[in-house]
Amino acid sequence: MIGVGKAKQYTNVLDKPLSRGRQEVSLSAFAFLFSELVQYNQTQVDSITELERRLEDAGYAVGARVLELLCHREKGNRRETRLLGILSFIHSTVWKVLFGKVADSLEKGTEHEDEYMISEKELLVNRFISVPKDMGAFNCGTFVAGIVKGVLDNAGFPAVVTAHSVPIEGQQRARTTILIKFAAEVLHREARLG
Amino acid sequence: MPPAPKSGDALFASVDRVNAELFTLTYGAMVRQLLTDLEEVEEVNKQLDQMGYNIGTRLVDEFLAKSNVSRCVDFKETADVIAKLGFKMFLGVTATVTNWDAEGTSCSLVLEDNPLVDFVELPDTCQGLQYCNLLSGVIRGALEMVSMKTEVTWVRDMLRGDDAYEMRVKLIKHVPEEYPYKDDD
Repeated sequence: MIGVGKAKQYTNVLDKPLSRGRQEVSLSAFAFLFSELVQYNQTQVDSITELERRLEDAGYAVGARVLELLCHREKGNRRETRLLGILSFIHSTVWKVLFGKVADSLEKGTEHEDEYMISEKELLVNRFISVPKDMGAFNCGTFVAGIVKGVLDNAGFPAVVTAHSVPIEGQQRARTTILIKFAAEVLHREARLG
Repeated sequence: MPPAPKSGDALFASVDRVNAELFTLTYGAMVRQLLTDLEEVEEVNKQLDQMGYNIGTRLVDEFLAKSNVSRCVDFKETADVIAKLGFKMFLGVTATVTNWDAEGTSCSLVLEDNPLVDFVELPDTCQGLQYCNLLSGVIRGALEMVSMKTEVTWVRDMLRGDDAYEMRVKLIKHVPEEYPYKDDD
């Protein structure tokens, strides 16, 4: 019959039309996947620092791709050149697309000029994770720190990004803060741009 | 009266959901890590299957708790439940069940849409990679927890140039539940 057929087959993945980003999977599917990722990495390392580095690397890969995808889809291929611009891009657009809501807060560090903090009461990736006491300050939010690092590095704002658990009075689970420390060249450029 | 089983769409609407792209990109990052660590494509396939198996053994509990399905009478019903409710509840897509063999122990699950493989292209160096092996492990693990020993293999893979994703699920045997304690203790 004419007109009846399967969806057009694309030989090259780059020719496929980009989806609108509305497709969803269940949170538990993601949680299971993330838990396997963490468990696998635990078998490959000897120390907590290495585990954090590996999770951060995994997140970095996600961040790099998310930047390209969102720049094209959400911002019409416009590039952020200012510090506050890229930070608010991460805090609102990236967070909204990945986690369904904007980040809880974006703050400038008081002690150092080059530090900024994005805080989240309960990171989506940490929702079903419990850290045993002998792992100390380990936070699976390092994965999200990796995502942020991936976005920043590839947007031209090299930075050191880490995740920290901040226990809060009256709350059972600690808040997570993503600490972003920009490289010196970023601040020099910001100053030059005025 | 026990609550009635929900339809696939209602089930998916009732669970918490997250952006599929986060899921897709995280899976990609995981496969890349495995490729870097293990280097052999066959090893990666095995590891993905094992991870899927681990996920499946826990996933089936959540599925049974949330979906309220009654016990499946035969393997045909099992396959239907996996395709319509299982896939829908976790991945938001439905599969179709086709190609039953004569004894009713082997069938194909066909997926047109697969959130695991968005944006993915297999390079020439990884041609033997079963990128979606996690899924086959999940099904094997889940079914083993409900007393069915199965073998799940990939028949068609869009990343290899086919037109859909097709898994062949073969029931090997029913494993009766074993009582874990010795009676005379």
